[in-house]
Amino acid sequence: MMDTLILYFQYPFVRYALIVGVLIALCSSLLGVTLVLKRFSFIGDGLSHVAFGAMAIAAAMNLTNNFLLVLPVTVISAILILRAGQNAKIKGDAAIAMISVGALAIGYLIMNLFAKSSNLAGDVCVTLFGSTSILTLDKTKVYLCVILSVLVTAVFLLFYHKIFAVTFDEDFSAATGLRAKIYNLVLAVIIAAVIVLAMNLVGALLISALVIFPALSAMRVFRSFKAVTVCSVILSVVCAVLGILISILAGTPVGSTIVAVDIAGFLAFAAAGCVIRRAYIQ
Amino acid sequence: MPQLACQNLTLGYEGKTVISNLSFAVNAGDYLCIVGENGAGKSTLMKAILKLKMPASGQIITGDGLAPDEIGYLPQQTVVQKDFPASVREVVRSGCLNRTGLRPYYNHAEKQAAEDNMEKLGIAPLAKRCYRELSGGQQQRTLLARALCAAGRMLLLDEPAAGLDPKAAEDMYAIIAKLNYSGITIIMISHDIAAAVQYASYILHIGSQTALFFGTKTDYLRSKAGHIYAGWR
Repeated sequence: MMDTLILYFQYPFVRYALIVGVLIALCSSLLGVTLVLKRFSFIGDGLSHVAFGAMAIAAAMNLTNNFLLVLPVTVISAILILRAGQNAKIKGDAAIAMISVGALAIGYLIMNLFAKSSNLAGDVCVTLFGSTSILTLDKTKVYLCVILSVLVTAVFLLFYHKIFAVTFDEDFSAATGLRAKIYNLVLAVIIAAVIVLAMNLVGALLISALVIFPALSAMRVFRSFKAVTVCSVILSVVCAVLGILISILAGTPVGSTIVAVDIAGFLAFAAAGCVIRRAYIQ
Repeated sequence: MPQLACQNLTLGYEGKTVISNLSFAVNAGDYLCIVGENGAGKSTLMKAILKLKMPASGQIITGDGLAPDEIGYLPQQTVVQKDFPASVREVVRSGCLNRTGLRPYYNHAEKQAAEDNMEKLGIAPLAKRCYRELSGGQQQRTLLARALCAAGRMLLLDEPAAGLDPKAAEDMYAIIAKLNYSGITIIMISHDIAAAVQYASYILHIGSQTALFFGTKTDYLRSKAGHIYAGWR
């Protein structure tokens, strides 16, 4: 088994996949806690569908680096969705559903109309489930991914306390002079960045899993915001590494394997949470 | 000069006027209770005072050295908070955030302020406990400590005893009275007329669109509105 792994790790694309996988797992779980608590679990799903639509347009326009189109479009949608949650005639979840299915349909339509490749079904499948795209990363994408993850982590650490306050009680924060709206905006932008990153790893349809599972697992066991955040990051990275290794050894698709490991992690933490609570009561 | 003055205030949402032409003033050390039925515009008024909502016309002026964002706020509990993993200390400290600016961490003075306020409200032993596992009264005291961290001169309390059992509600009112006695101005929104006339020094009774009454508690009990709403006691 070790031999197989060592053999695989001689290939740069496998090493890239592992690096990118760890970074994406780290970023997405950082934000997961806030998103779950703000009742925005589905935002990842919605945004990834938007990113899918943007990617289809980028492909139709023959852009070599689709990040340049996908990232801004996703950021704008994230801002729109988060804003819509606050006022608007269409409420948060409906707005997300509307944007996400809309983008998915239009994206697929465009892919069909302007398809260059003969294997359309395969292309769509890859974009949605990310089955092989993580193994086809070139160096520029890896660098881009590293830079974006460093930015996301830095912003999160710098604004950690503010993000906590805005998540816990937005009205109080705004009333006592914190610029709650700006922090919501910051949040929206980094969520969008993470989503675009994560599409490479698990594909558009599975991003929500990466965002919510580590956070939900950590919340079963830990009781402070800090502990939950730290635990969900560690858990997410561990699950991503395990998932990638398993998928290499067993030849399974990367994205769904990682999500399967995340689910296993959630079950383990849920069980641990039950045991701890029972011990706590007695 | 009053700490807070509302002049000819008109408030509404989506084109509907909820409060029109309301004027009142709060001086340092006052204990004002705002009462009125559901839909009378109590929450709208509170949001306007907190600058979360722009008035349709009129002004809200802060004075006597009080900045507009120096009003500590005790909101009603939200659904989000019911299963929020946060320790009492984390919640209380977050009240200090309006002073940190771009600094990403709390300094010593802010941490100390959080500890002092927890001590003051008797929740210091709970500092490491999880907020969602506390009793209703303990949660309210945590949020009150947070409000004190944010502002030490004026507190705006939204139904501080809502959902508490009678004993916890009484404790809560006693704590608020103590804070007021120590010089903090209190503005409280309440359904609880009995508590309002027991503790407050001033009453603002708002009803359909206009202020029915604003004045001292003693005058309120003699007034028409007071007779109707509190007189039966």
